[in-house]
Amino acid sequence: MNTKYKIVKAEHLNSDTFMLTVESEIISKRARSGQIVNIKCGDEGGVLLRRPISICSVDRDKGTFDIVIQIRGKGTKILSKYKAGDEIDIMGPLGQGFSLYPKHKKIIAVGGGIGIFPLLQLLKDHPAENKKVILGFRNKSCVILEEEFKQACNKLFISTDDGSYCDKGLVTDILRKELDKEPADMLFFCGPLAMMKVGVEIAKEYNIPCEVSMEQRMGCGIGACLVCVCKTKNTDDWEYTQVCKKGPVFSGDKIIFD
Amino acid sequence: MSNNIDLKVNIAGLELKNPVIAASGCFGFGREYSRYFDLSRLGGIAVKGLTPLPRKGNPPPRIAETPSGILNSVGLQNPGVHAFIEKEIPFLRGFNSAIIANASGNTIEEYESMVEILSNADVDAIELNLSCPNVKEGCLSFGSSAGGVYDVVSRVRKYANKPLIVKLTPNVTDITEIAKAAEDAGADSVSLINTIRGMAIDVKSRRPVLGNITGGLSGPAVKPVALRMVYEVSKAVKIPVIGMGGISNCTDAIEFLLAGASAVMIGTAGFENPMAWVETIDGIEAYMTANSIDSVTELIGGLIV
Repeated sequence: MNTKYKIVKAEHLNSDTFMLTVESEIISKRARSGQIVNIKCGDEGGVLLRRPISICSVDRDKGTFDIVIQIRGKGTKILSKYKAGDEIDIMGPLGQGFSLYPKHKKIIAVGGGIGIFPLLQLLKDHPAENKKVILGFRNKSCVILEEEFKQACNKLFISTDDGSYCDKGLVTDILRKELDKEPADMLFFCGPLAMMKVGVEIAKEYNIPCEVSMEQRMGCGIGACLVCVCKTKNTDDWEYTQVCKKGPVFSGDKIIFD
Repeated sequence: MSNNIDLKVNIAGLELKNPVIAASGCFGFGREYSRYFDLSRLGGIAVKGLTPLPRKGNPPPRIAETPSGILNSVGLQNPGVHAFIEKEIPFLRGFNSAIIANASGNTIEEYESMVEILSNADVDAIELNLSCPNVKEGCLSFGSSAGGVYDVVSRVRKYANKPLIVKLTPNVTDITEIAKAAEDAGADSVSLINTIRGMAIDVKSRRPVLGNITGGLSGPAVKPVALRMVYEVSKAVKIPVIGMGGISNCTDAIEFLLAGASAVMIGTAGFENPMAWVETIDGIEAYMTANSIDSVTELIGGLIV
């Protein structure tokens, strides 16, 4: 199975975050918002594991897709050195994406930090009439893809932890305010665990279904090694479920946040 | 590919079409990798470690990357031996590859029961897991002493009606003593090495990276240790040895064969390269062609010292 593709564009978005545009008709055709790809870092430095990255956006006409990666360690540092024209080894698309139900006319997507990226294609693909997005960043210098998100939704809210850009405070507080003004049919969350936990509680309180995109350290990325698990409810108890195969997107009420 | 090349090996009466086996724990029950290659290419599949009842496994994170290696602490999450027999064997029998059932238990009685159950199931061999480093009961508590291994293997032996492979831990002073105890107690083969116990710490949070605090190291980092142990064990016992530990390609695999292994298992390498097993088989064949070797058995123990 071919897993080698060409990078058509590599761009740094800020000091530690970069975007790769990869040419792959097969991945761009198959990819659904919220799914991941698993990227080989290369042969240098003894980095064995692929890095699972959410698909940020897809251009199905051009046969390309974008991934945005934050440099966090050895592997992502290696990936940050890739340039346009380089070949990259990618498995995907993998896992389960967001649910796009036409009955959900009003949706709100809430993202924090590097969790914002898969929400972009969600907004592009979702058939809802009214799409709001609430994005949280650490500070002004971390704010990226603002224009792209603005274009993909009806209303964009941004908050920063330190108030250096737009609102100061928590995305979940903005969510609560918006829900008090106008109800929504569906909520989507992707970001830090603490944010998603509060998000799911709010969804329950307002009686709105929601989905969350989980993150976990992964091994094989296809469901075989049972490494990247999260705690989920089942009919009579709970179990550990593979994030790579059964997720990363789960129904919010399935997840047990410890 | 030449027709003269014979890749077949024999493990205690079990004939494998080639010496490459998917290692237990890294391959699930084959379903996921069957989307990447034809599982019939494999000599055998050692399935995910099984226990009498379903096991939830350890809390995440269950993996940490270390230089040229990974630590895992899955903790034998599995659906239980009965679900395996009912749901997974029929799937695996759709391929022409030996099924090796990896079995664990908390007590000797549970090991006996597992071997009895699997002897009555449609599997080709049983790999007795006396070496998982990530569970509190069973496994290492028996597998880290020659006496413990002897007790378990001699007790389960009478229930086994198919090749009984004992998977050994490297976390011992002298692995040859353990291998000899397994042989004396009636094991048909030994497989080694399971992972080496290790840990990783996140200095930012000052916490262990793994939810289980410690885990087992695998990947190229352990290969020299594994190779040395396979070499020593092959000299110490007469039963066939299955070698594993950091094998990523055909060169690694051939090293293990030369050190005395009759077959090899590949696990971690598949995470990076889902074609690792197939490429290794093709590579062994190409090496044999290039070196005018007709039968892969000529490589086994062929180390020149």
